[in-house]
Amino acid sequence: MNLLNIFEQIEKADPEFNERINPRRAAIKNMAGFGTKVAMSALPLALGSLFQKAYGQTQPTDVNAILNFALTLEYLEAEFYTMGVATPGLIPAGTPDVAALTQIRDDENHHVAFLKSVLGTIAVAKPTFDFTAKGSFNPFSNYDVFLALAQAFEDTGVRAYKGQAPNLVGNKTVLGAALNIHSVEARHASHLRQMRRARGANQKPWITGKDPGGLPAAAQPIYNGEELDTQATVKITGIVANGVTISQSAATEAFDEPLAYGDVLTIAKLFITG
Amino acid sequence: MTKNAASTENKILVEQEKGVLSLSRRKFLNYATAASGIVLVAAGCKKDDNSILSEGVDLGSGDVGILNYAYALEQLEAAFYIQVIATPYANITADEKALLTDIRDHEIAHREFFKAALSSSAITSLEVDFSSIDFTKRESVLGTAKAFEDLGVSAYNGAGPLITSKDYLTLAGKIVSVEARHAAFIRDLINPGSFVGSDVIDMNGMEISKSPSMVLSVAGKYIKTKINASNLPS
Repeated sequence: MNLLNIFEQIEKADPEFNERINPRRAAIKNMAGFGTKVAMSALPLALGSLFQKAYGQTQPTDVNAILNFALTLEYLEAEFYTMGVATPGLIPAGTPDVAALTQIRDDENHHVAFLKSVLGTIAVAKPTFDFTAKGSFNPFSNYDVFLALAQAFEDTGVRAYKGQAPNLVGNKTVLGAALNIHSVEARHASHLRQMRRARGANQKPWITGKDPGGLPAAAQPIYNGEELDTQATVKITGIVANGVTISQSAATEAFDEPLAYGDVLTIAKLFITG
Repeated sequence: MTKNAASTENKILVEQEKGVLSLSRRKFLNYATAASGIVLVAAGCKKDDNSILSEGVDLGSGDVGILNYAYALEQLEAAFYIQVIATPYANITADEKALLTDIRDHEIAHREFFKAALSSSAITSLEVDFSSIDFTKRESVLGTAKAFEDLGVSAYNGAGPLITSKDYLTLAGKIVSVEARHAAFIRDLINPGSFVGSDVIDMNGMEISKSPSMVLSVAGKYIKTKINASNLPS
């Protein structure tokens, strides 16, 4: 009997055990992989030639640089919500919006704290943000603008983490952590899109084509590329099954697309002054 | 892996440990039971604790195994939403029906994508068992939808780090965030504002992953076909 069998046994008695112990367990299993880069095995499927696109011009390859990139985005989100929640009269009092935005604020601050702790002394300092983007927006005096920027940040965050995930292949712990933040950003995005929908924005919790959902034209780069409807050479639009024909809208909604490092930075830099 | 990366990894482990809750007393008692079980197994020294998972349809190994695992879950979700839309629950609103139809189509798209991509490596069509679901009742349907969506997100997150191909990982990433959008939407339908909750995220604000064995033990209730996940990477 080896150590992993013991984990299996405990898991049976305590289904949540794995959730708590998984980091260490992963570390134990990863030990053998330390110092080696996981080899790309010959692809068993005829999908090898996919994703010829190079996601990123100056893409960092160092894990810590990727985490600092993530930290920069989390700083931006955390400060944005912290300021928004603290601005008197911005969020309609007595509505569920207060709790929702407070929850998101807390999640983003937790992400910042997590990444800062992980990076320690090599963590980048928090930039100085200008959420008006040099006077283009007034998020802290106009609630709809605030929600629009929030959605923009969340949808960008989802694409940014997705874009970096492949660069973490073989590093189970870091990749696992990145994925666990990625899906939370997607939950936030879904809720913010619903909040804006309830206020009249013609959009859904998922992204249809490259539709910016009523966001200003400056936000279009956040959605460009989301209109892809062929995945790994499989054309999704027009698939017929169970009496359903998959529409182009559904085909694009069903898959979120990654965004390159450089493209994410271009968007983020609109709000960074130093 | 560089020395830097290894040190980063260790710090992530430490921070994640801080983010988890301490054991409750009930859990401790369960541990005691598990511990005695371990002694017995050790004494018998027979490694058959995966028996539940080692018979039935074989998902396969490596990246193909992970893709078949995802394909199995998408089959389950697609079959569920097809039924939801075929027999809508009482007093469903037009808006709910429209968005649940969207989700049905997304899940069919995911399922058919995996089927096509896996080609001859794809597992067979699974037989589902929805006898525990009352499709006429909103509460039953949405409660099941929530369970499936949250499970799907935790499953993709748990399986992602096991994938060795960047292309496959990207594909899984493209799907998991859509499942998370579904999950948040369904949760908000049940209880507005519950798009994230302490049942799905830890104290670091990070989603809680689930291993294939944990996921299949939950999903198994709804799948008649036996699934063999014993060859999946871990």
